Amino acid sequence: MQIDAKGLSYKELNRKLKELVSKEDALEIDVLNVNGHRYIGTGLENSKGIIRLHGVPGNDLAAFMNGGSIFVYGNAGDGVGNTMNAGLVVIHGDARDVVGYSMRGGKIFIKGNVGYRAGIHMKAYKNRFPSIVVGGRAEDFLGEYMAGGIIVVLNSNNEKNPVGKFTATGIHGGTIFVRGKISEEHLGIGAQIGTPNEEEINLLNNLISEYFSYFQVNENLDSLEFTKIHPKSHRPFAKLYVLE
Amino acid sequence: MFPPQFSVVIDSDKCEKCKRCTINCSFEALSYDDREDRIVSDDRKCVACLRCASKCPKGAITIKKNEITFSPHPTWTPEIRLDIMKQAETGGMIIAGCGNDLDYPCLFDRIVIDACQVTNPSIDPLREPIEVSTFLGKKPKQLKIGDDFSLETEIAPNIMIDTPIVIGHISYGAISLNAHKALAMAARKAGTLMGSGEGGLHPDLYEFGDHIIVQVASGRFGVHSTYLEVGAAIEIKIGQGAKPGIGGHLPGEKVTEDIAETRMIPVHTDALSPAPHHDIYSIEDLSQLIYALKEETDYMKPVFVKIAAVHNSAAIASGIARAGADAITIDGFRGGTGAAPKIVRNHLGIPIEIAIASVDKRLRDEGIRNEVSLIASGSIRSAADVVKAIALGADAVAIVTPALIAMGCTVCQQCYRGVCAWGICTTRQDLARRLNPEVASRKVYNLISAWTMELKEVLGALGMNAIESLRYNRERLRGVGIDQKTLEILGIKAAGE
Repeated sequence: MQIDAKGLSYKELNRKLKELVSKEDALEIDVLNVNGHRYIGTGLENSKGIIRLHGVPGNDLAAFMNGGSIFVYGNAGDGVGNTMNAGLVVIHGDARDVVGYSMRGGKIFIKGNVGYRAGIHMKAYKNRFPSIVVGGRAEDFLGEYMAGGIIVVLNSNNEKNPVGKFTATGIHGGTIFVRGKISEEHLGIGAQIGTPNEEEINLLNNLISEYFSYFQVNENLDSLEFTKIHPKSHRPFAKLYVLE
Repeated sequence: MFPPQFSVVIDSDKCEKCKRCTINCSFEALSYDDREDRIVSDDRKCVACLRCASKCPKGAITIKKNEITFSPHPTWTPEIRLDIMKQAETGGMIIAGCGNDLDYPCLFDRIVIDACQVTNPSIDPLREPIEVSTFLGKKPKQLKIGDDFSLETEIAPNIMIDTPIVIGHISYGAISLNAHKALAMAARKAGTLMGSGEGGLHPDLYEFGDHIIVQVASGRFGVHSTYLEVGAAIEIKIGQGAKPGIGGHLPGEKVTEDIAETRMIPVHTDALSPAPHHDIYSIEDLSQLIYALKEETDYMKPVFVKIAAVHNSAAIASGIARAGADAITIDGFRGGTGAAPKIVRNHLGIPIEIAIASVDKRLRDEGIRNEVSLIASGSIRSAADVVKAIALGADAVAIVTPALIAMGCTVCQQCYRGVCAWGICTTRQDLARRLNPEVASRKVYNLISAWTMELKEVLGALGMNAIESLRYNRERLRGVGIDQKTLEILGIKAAGE
């Protein structure tokens, strides 16, 4: 099924998508001429539906999303997966700032780079466990206030700095894996470099295979050595206060 | 070590050693001494919450303030000296509960209300109906009526409340589930709203959803589709009057199983709310979140935005109205909190009286007052404050501390300790059980009813039969002992003018 988004406002497009997805269980929709339409897939419920976006979606793609899959053939804007609960987002391009803000479940795969504050305040909860895989590099404040889940940065272009400054500032749960070596200088308050355990390595390998399955890019990254970043403590700010 | 602040005096003639006080003191100040066969008190731990005194069947307990006599000095007050000593000892920031306790002038107490005499008859609310129902949400600038007299203007979602008094936001986690439930029950019975606070909503409260404003704060705790759809309105929390510009922090020890589930975070991790929403750095960004929430709820729910009252609230409110919000809650600097750094609580922000007057004026001057409802909060202490806030330009007020006092809070200001003896500000099950939600909700309902009656009484005295006549009616207010500039900002005359 195809929808031409040309000339449609975001409100019209999203209403149409919501209606279609709620009617049929395993619907596949191709949306053509996506051009800055915001909020696509907001609150999407259908767990089997697939939406393919051709073009560049606007901000807050897949906000509050509860299921289903969105594939983007182009770049994405700010706020992908804002407070996302479950589902899959695959972006064949770059994504900008605050990817996965407060995301608590589901997976986001980005072929290229991400902007500032990706994975901020991500949190795991019961059987929900959010994952973000970035093929390229991430800007400053990656995983700020992170409280759960996993972020993987593959740096497939082998750039000198795979992550920006202040990575994982205020982290108090979850883990970040960055391919290659990064120094303590890149870390923010509350973060430390550690050694992954077997369970984490399995999880990491599964996510990497899943990444390659979507993007069919060169699988031969020259090394699969990762730096693990995790919290120093689950209570990073416990000792700042004295009671009146 | 200095002498304790309070002394617990137990009248040994009256005391029957039933030990009820020792069980009730959650601050562990009272215990029973076997050898001496008497109740002993560790005064240093007493916070004057009065739980023991109220539970003593013989009335044998008195709490006295211990006058600590430092050598007097007007600059170096005992409080300042003690704070310095504490910080020298620990190296920490001082955390305080409740609201601003510095002696700033309270403008509400310097504003008086008019009344009818001779030439403009007053109305007796006991015999004549007085309308106080209030609609929260966007109002159209004009109405278009079709040839067949049908309404052609699309009206944005509005919520009707039976009284302009709503219960403000306080989170489950800051207070017990019983307390949260009591507030929800009271809101439903009074035909008004309560705020969920930023800790999500326990499923037990979903049935009260039509009377709950669900909050979305920077930590996005417990925010998911069902939560957004269950509420009557959604509020984006930008700031809080007691702690403008800073985030929140529910310590891990308070994050019990139930609270973790409601907040959707692991048990015993700190629940940190970042200072800003990191997807909101501008009015345009705020607009983006407002419309994300509207998209999520099919444009069926009004979206409120709450800000702390700060110097440039008026300009910010103008931006919020233009960003698509349906209502703005403005929280003054005397507003309450479970915990905030004392420096922030006591020194940041401006009084609600000033903020509401300047915001209302700015929106009117710009011709966009109809775009948003205004809710004033932060130290509304009585129905008199309600009348004054509405006449200064608010559509409704939000109260929290008065509702807590109605439930049994004695304002001991130890909210951040998590051991509230009254079972309100705690997540400890044994303490939370002390609060009976039925009884507590009845008291909160009684309070709102009483204030609503008082409001009608004053409206009658003003010769008004509808709350609409009071809104922005600053002509019916006068200032006593307020300087000229402040009078100008408040938009009121001096008494006698």
